[in-house]
Amino acid sequence: MAAAAHAAEHGQRVGIIDDNAALGGQIWRGQSEPTASKWAERLRSSGVTVLCGRIFHEPAPHTLLAEGDDVLHELRYERLILATGARERFLPFPGWTLANVMGVGGVQAMVKSGFPIRGKRVVIAGTGPLLLAAAAYLRRHGAEIPIICEQVSWARLARFSTALLGHPRKIVQGLQLKRQFAGARFCANSWPVAASGKSAIEAVTTSRSGKMETFSCDYLACGFHLVPNIELPLLLGCQIENSCVHVDDFQRTTVADVFCAGEPTGIGGVELSLVEGEIAGLTAAGRIAEASSLFPKREKLQRFARSLGQAFRLRPELRSLPAPETIVCRCEDVRYSNLREHTGWRDAKLQTRCGMGPCQGRICGPATQFLFKWNPDSVRPPIFPVHVENMASRPDPELCETTGGRE
Amino acid sequence: MLSQVTMTVNGSPMLVPTGTTVAAAMAIAGQACRNSVSGEPRGPLCGMGICFECRVAINGRPHRLGCQALCEEGMDVRTSE
Repeated sequence: MAAAAHAAEHGQRVGIIDDNAALGGQIWRGQSEPTASKWAERLRSSGVTVLCGRIFHEPAPHTLLAEGDDVLHELRYERLILATGARERFLPFPGWTLANVMGVGGVQAMVKSGFPIRGKRVVIAGTGPLLLAAAAYLRRHGAEIPIICEQVSWARLARFSTALLGHPRKIVQGLQLKRQFAGARFCANSWPVAASGKSAIEAVTTSRSGKMETFSCDYLACGFHLVPNIELPLLLGCQIENSCVHVDDFQRTTVADVFCAGEPTGIGGVELSLVEGEIAGLTAAGRIAEASSLFPKREKLQRFARSLGQAFRLRPELRSLPAPETIVCRCEDVRYSNLREHTGWRDAKLQTRCGMGPCQGRICGPATQFLFKWNPDSVRPPIFPVHVENMASRPDPELCETTGGRE
Repeated sequence: MLSQVTMTVNGSPMLVPTGTTVAAAMAIAGQACRNSVSGEPRGPLCGMGICFECRVAINGRPHRLGCQALCEEGMDVRTSE
């Protein structure tokens, strides 16, 4: 949104394609949060075209195909800005495939999209700042939260808090969150070891500093920080480094006319994403000097992002959570015992169908990367499942030409 | 605009607030979205269009993501697998 607004305000013809029905990504979700409303208003007044659809193929240079609800979009561009965001990392443990075991952001997204959580008992577990943000949000909406389990140690959390000192705004946000979840138990050195229940989760067992405890619950919100969505940048041939899209100071990828902003270039949160988007939008509109003036702001937020990444590194004990029969690939129901004998991602895919279901390894890929140090590093079109007629047919001649864009 | 919409989940009628996603409606109805290839009932995991666990048939179109589809008046949702 920031990239599109800046490019449009500087005279470019801009279109956004978003895979959600409402603008604002996974955090804002079209809701009336003040910052979101501000950017939405700038998009409206600068005449940005907004389409809903999922990009799945690049049939020719500077051309993308996207599937909307009942429509196929062909997008032609001079310059493309990728802002594909991030997803949660999920780690397998016994019972994690039970219904009502969801991501931390997943439960929050469900509540934002109409699910009444009032009166439900929700255990929150995993790692990352999202745990506290989700806890505060869910409590505000009436959920009961018996415990929040954070896998990192108190010592590491303390170091992270020190790193926050340079970022007063983050401290204020943190204090606001702390007030909102006052009363919920927050435990470090803690993680889920098993979920149990018949058709849906009924209880979760956690390990806290080596001690096992079982909590009854209606939902388990469990996510292990975030991983960048790099499938579309990979499809376009952008260079990837450490699972992130490599960009230069002006947010240019290694592919000509393709920019990238936000979480795909490194997990750093909404403020960093916004400034990266502003730089990309300004550069795409040829406003190099204005773009450069934002570098110091970005540098400061990147320092915070680096400390975030270090603070919430996964502890090796989490590699031993899956039992032999635990499902790792949820699309194809491939179990841990069938995977561990394989030497790599490609071998496992060929022999077990791991990562070959509809999500195309988006969930089990990052999990096997952590569990087995595999490297799921290639994509092929379509990067999302599409209806056969959309893969086979060319779209209507009514083309949508854009100069900027967003997945 | 209506403040609520009437729809059916596997033939049973239900009323949800306008703006509710199909995945949220399935959760309100207490129904799994699909059965996995080995027969486990599954519901949404990611809530954001990545995991494909919430796929259902909507108005006869199979494999639609419940978390990215808004409920509409008269919509017919069926668990397809």
